[in-house]
Amino acid sequence: MRYLLKVDPIACDGRGICAELFPERIDLDDWGFPIIDATPIDGSLMSHAKRAIAACPVLALRLEHAPPGAVRR
Amino acid sequence: MIAAGQATWYLSRGSGAVSLVLLTVSFVLGIPTLLSWGTPRVPRLVVQLMHRNVSLLVIVFLLIHIATSVLDSFVSISWIDALVPFGGTYRPIWLGLGALAADCLIAVIVTSLLRPRVSFALWKRVHWLAYACWPIAIVHGLGTGTDTRYGWMQLLDAVCVALVLGSIAWRLAVRPMQDPRRRTATVAAVVAVPLAIAIWLFAGPMQADWGKTHKAATPATTQDATAETTVP
Amino acid sequence: MQQIPATESRVGAAPHGLPRLLASSRNHAHAVDLRTHRSTMQIPPLPQRRPRFDLIDAVDAAGLRGRGGGAFPTATKMRAVTEGGRSPILVVNGAEGEPASSKDRMLMARMPHLVIDGALIGAAAVGANEVIICAERTSIKALNALEVAVGERVQARERFVPIRIVAIPPRFVAGEESALVHFLNGGEAKPTRVPPRVYQKGVKGRPTFLSNVETFAHLAQITQWGPSWFRQLGTDAEPGTMLATVSGDVTRPGVCEMAIGTPLTDAIANAGGTNSPIQAVLIGGYYGTWLGAADAAAATMSNADLRSRDSGLGCGAVVVLPAGACGLRETARVLTWMSTESAGQCGPCVHGLGALSSTLTALAAGQIRPGMLDDLHRWAGLIDKRGACSFPDGAARLLRSALQVFAGDITLHLRHRSCSSAMARPVLRLPKREEVVWR
Repeated sequence: MRYLLKVDPIACDGRGICAELFPERIDLDDWGFPIIDATPIDGSLMSHAKRAIAACPVLALRLEHAPPGAVRR
Repeated sequence: MIAAGQATWYLSRGSGAVSLVLLTVSFVLGIPTLLSWGTPRVPRLVVQLMHRNVSLLVIVFLLIHIATSVLDSFVSISWIDALVPFGGTYRPIWLGLGALAADCLIAVIVTSLLRPRVSFALWKRVHWLAYACWPIAIVHGLGTGTDTRYGWMQLLDAVCVALVLGSIAWRLAVRPMQDPRRRTATVAAVVAVPLAIAIWLFAGPMQADWGKTHKAATPATTQDATAETTVP
Repeated sequence: MQQIPATESRVGAAPHGLPRLLASSRNHAHAVDLRTHRSTMQIPPLPQRRPRFDLIDAVDAAGLRGRGGGAFPTATKMRAVTEGGRSPILVVNGAEGEPASSKDRMLMARMPHLVIDGALIGAAAVGANEVIICAERTSIKALNALEVAVGERVQARERFVPIRIVAIPPRFVAGEESALVHFLNGGEAKPTRVPPRVYQKGVKGRPTFLSNVETFAHLAQITQWGPSWFRQLGTDAEPGTMLATVSGDVTRPGVCEMAIGTPLTDAIANAGGTNSPIQAVLIGGYYGTWLGAADAAAATMSNADLRSRDSGLGCGAVVVLPAGACGLRETARVLTWMSTESAGQCGPCVHGLGALSSTLTALAAGQIRPGMLDDLHRWAGLIDKRGACSFPDGAARLLRSALQVFAGDITLHLRHRSCSSAMARPVLRLPKREEVVWR
């Protein structure tokens, strides 16, 4: 089962904890807001993704099912 | 027999004091967590984790505090009294406040451990109980605590109060509240609550007859035990 | 004596050629009244328990696409609304936040009955029992005309589902579909998190058929005169006519109706032609893109052609930039204005638009610092698709097209800190907001 990590841009406040916890997929832009790599997440990275999601102070991150054939954007 | 009884009594008081200190540290760490404060050497996630881990440590010492209080034979406190407030026979009001503080803390910790399964709005509202939990715990300690009249206990409490007030001031300074009504309400509370506690402290627990008067509602059988700690 | 069947006697012949939408309108200043309108268009059907798939099929056969900028196939949207499960609701989007466009206002002010008929037919098609027509609070003529029109129908004892006319706060993003629905649901006119899309869950949680004013006007005419008639003008992929708002350096700025696929030069000629040689043309309004002079001379008013030029019709607003103006300065002014129109909900939009507009303004004013161009390119890439709505995407698109079309000017500004048009008067009009209100 593969998932995509998505951020709610309205809830997101640019705190930056997600990027500290999940640097493999989350980078910060010039203003401290997350840029999320759209490559689907599976297996080994799931625990890191879930930690980042739980640690977000405003719960702006979520996981969505990756549609079949989802590739790196 | 007496040694064992005294051991749980002292352990209960000691673990209570440690719980309060840890609760204070957790509160103070909560502010930089809220502000998402961090430095390159102390990243935000570390601040968040310290706040979380100290809070969990509070639970450990709280459990010791509750267990030793219940198991102790000096005063009769049942397990239920530890979590359901104001039902006990020993100093029901002040002990009840301890149960109330414990309830608040458990609600905060459980909702936090269940993130993100709990909605953000619910988690946030429950977390505000933390602001109530801490002063309730202080009053519980001052009201039930048999060490209230000792200087070291008073110093400890004063330091804790100073740290909490300082961190609230930091929070209000760095991120002022937008709503003017909420702001004035907060400032009023920050001034009024410590003042009220201080006045109550000097009018109540600091008085010589605190253990004996009906206000503390100590059952008659324990008068002798408390007599040794009250200064005539 | 030949008996004329009752349904035909009051309806005239289909318009031949142009105009179509404005065919009954003789007077610019007045709205077409009910009697005149009914001489060309019959009373719309009432919604039944189930959707009218025959009406939707007609729209599909006609190939109608949304005229609000998205150009989405209307029939597809209608079918999706009928699959919502709950009883749908219909919203006519006349918010027209784009400053360079005035076609929606004009249509509602001059042809309110055509718009209302389109909405009622759309309601019958998807099975909606409620219609809401939205216009900006400042569009007084449009709002009045609609109110009067509804009153006329009541007087004439026509039966129709409840129609509510709602005034929207004057903000650029208030016409974005999720923002409009959020406002109608009692919130601020700011975009919300999507999904769900409004056709799934919109006003009062019901599937919402939300489309542009002009789309509904075409829908009424398609139902009246059929898909084949509709397809007589326009292209195969984009049939029908469209309303274009032409402004800038033209002698007769205003709204004109044209078949899709009409050469851009014809549209400009229709607006009276230009005073000076054309330097560039802004297509799609401030949410659109710049076309250089060569592209503008060859382009046609169709998405198929414009997409090949990295552009798009958008809402059909066209602004002509004369040779004497500075494209960079105009773009900087627009971007600065757009940054004040942001809903302010998403970091990349707020920070990005601020950074882009201040840097471009500095570049246009000759305050050069190293790395400016690289920053502009990088930031445009950073804000793309990172907001809750596509407002920052539009700003990024406009900026990129300006950097490309006015590349020569950029070199001039970088080298000489200015260009020959420094003293020119601004061309692009920006609305003055007295205050910022979201409700």
